[in-house]
Amino acid sequence: MADTKQTQKPKKGGDGEGSGSGESGQKLAKKGEALKEEMDALVDEIDEVLEENAEEFVKNYVQRGGE
Amino acid sequence: MAIPKVMGTEIEYGITVKNDRDFDPISSCVLLVNAYREDHPGRILWDYDQENPLADARGFQVDGEKYTPNQQENIARNKTLVNGARYYVDHAHPEYSCPEVTNVRDLVVHEKAGERIVELSRREATQLLPPGTEILLYKNNSDRKGNSYGSHENYLMDRRTSFKQIVEHLMTFLVTRQVFTGAGKVGSENRAHPCRYQLTQRADFFETEVALDTMVKRPIINTRDEPHADREKYRRLHVIVGDSNMSEYTILLRSGATALLLSMIEDGALRRDLALRDPVRSIKEVSHDPTCRRELQLENGKKLTAVQIQREYLEMAHKYVTGKNIDAVTKDVLVKWEHVLGCLERDPMELSREIDWVIKKALIESFMERKGLDWESAQVSMLDLQYHDLRPDKGLYHLLARQGRVERVVTDAEIDAAITEPPADTRAYFRGQCLKRYPAEVFGVNWDSISFGIGSEPIKRVLMGEPLKGSKAHVEGLLTSSPTARDLVRNLRA
Repeated sequence: MADTKQTQKPKKGGDGEGSGSGESGQKLAKKGEALKEEMDALVDEIDEVLEENAEEFVKNYVQRGGE
Repeated sequence: MAIPKVMGTEIEYGITVKNDRDFDPISSCVLLVNAYREDHPGRILWDYDQENPLADARGFQVDGEKYTPNQQENIARNKTLVNGARYYVDHAHPEYSCPEVTNVRDLVVHEKAGERIVELSRREATQLLPPGTEILLYKNNSDRKGNSYGSHENYLMDRRTSFKQIVEHLMTFLVTRQVFTGAGKVGSENRAHPCRYQLTQRADFFETEVALDTMVKRPIINTRDEPHADREKYRRLHVIVGDSNMSEYTILLRSGATALLLSMIEDGALRRDLALRDPVRSIKEVSHDPTCRRELQLENGKKLTAVQIQREYLEMAHKYVTGKNIDAVTKDVLVKWEHVLGCLERDPMELSREIDWVIKKALIESFMERKGLDWESAQVSMLDLQYHDLRPDKGLYHLLARQGRVERVVTDAEIDAAITEPPADTRAYFRGQCLKRYPAEVFGVNWDSISFGIGSEPIKRVLMGEPLKGSKAHVEGLLTSSPTARDLVRNLRA
């Protein structure tokens, strides 16, 4: 869910893919495009499951304090 | 030498019923908890005789009315499960207390198994409601209208370590660990300064440093002295300042770093110059700063950021374990702690696969950008809430996990097994096995006891004051040589 800039960055300390420093500008642009599409797809998917009438739903979500 | 950090968590879930104008939280909770059915038909009491929530770790007893429900109400509100957990109604929330575990990896497994149990019961209970209505549950800690519900961590500690020593070192750690423990929240509440987004659900609710209360004037360090174990030897540190976390990575690091720090306190391995001048103020300063760059005022006049302070704790932890034969899980905690602090020092948004508050923030920002929304929009608030939704098909954390967009630390198979299997290495094993084998004869249960009602004999209570005894290694032989509860009680006496 990170935006394009974040997901392009190599992962530190994790097991992510290696750095893309050797890649050409064209390749990077292609990769950026793919990531953008991926993010658009994710947002669409969220849109589908997100509770309708968000305003009313959030307003009505009232809990008693607990613990 | 620090004692083993037996631990567990208690999670209160937010509850509502969709399309029900007359929604009553308490009756919904009772319905929910009773909708979860295990194979055994037992009607088992929760044994309140052993509980004392009004004892204060600073050495006194507070006046107040101790809650003890009648027998029928007791059974309706409390379920002890075959995995050793307790699933019950606490005030107006369903609560799941996981069984005692010996390490944070098992803690992740059992906390996550709890989510699945609560979700299973939600589906069952919803079947009993009128068509069109649905119970919804949220593993979060605030309704963003000034009402908070808890997420409590428990750690076994050596009674010889004074409560004063614990407070002295733990306060700063708890305030600063928020940089990697927060579950994230849009806006502020409870009269805190306005903000767009903050690291934690709970920081706005802490109003005092040390106290017994957990519901009003909440303290950063809770003094409840209810060890649920041999009180001459142990205390149970009840950490109430955390958030309910969705991310497995976050749970592991949160409780792993905390457990390690508590061992260091027991072994006197901490330096003393990290006391904060005003912890109640600082807890909000840290939470309200997603850049993680804000400096906190120390008692000694220095100023450090929360991340710098955590870096000091990590360095002390590295020194502490040097030359010690530490286990693989603790090693993993140290690697993750290092990784997370490194990211926080460069750019916290690098943690959008690991740490809840960052995962949620990145998700919301992506959504806002593409939809042209701002932080005040109702849809953004909905994203905040729905991140914690337990439904696998609707919960946004679950959606991200399904797409491989968050780091996992345990497997689905391990979590599913923990729905019906107690941990093998604590007394939870004995508790769970007794429920599996002798459900009709188990009369009552508490964390440190289990009692049997056999025929017309008087009730026999077995005390379990040692959290590490009653493990599979200890009792497997006893259980296999006791086909009935009567045999078990006789063999225990022998």
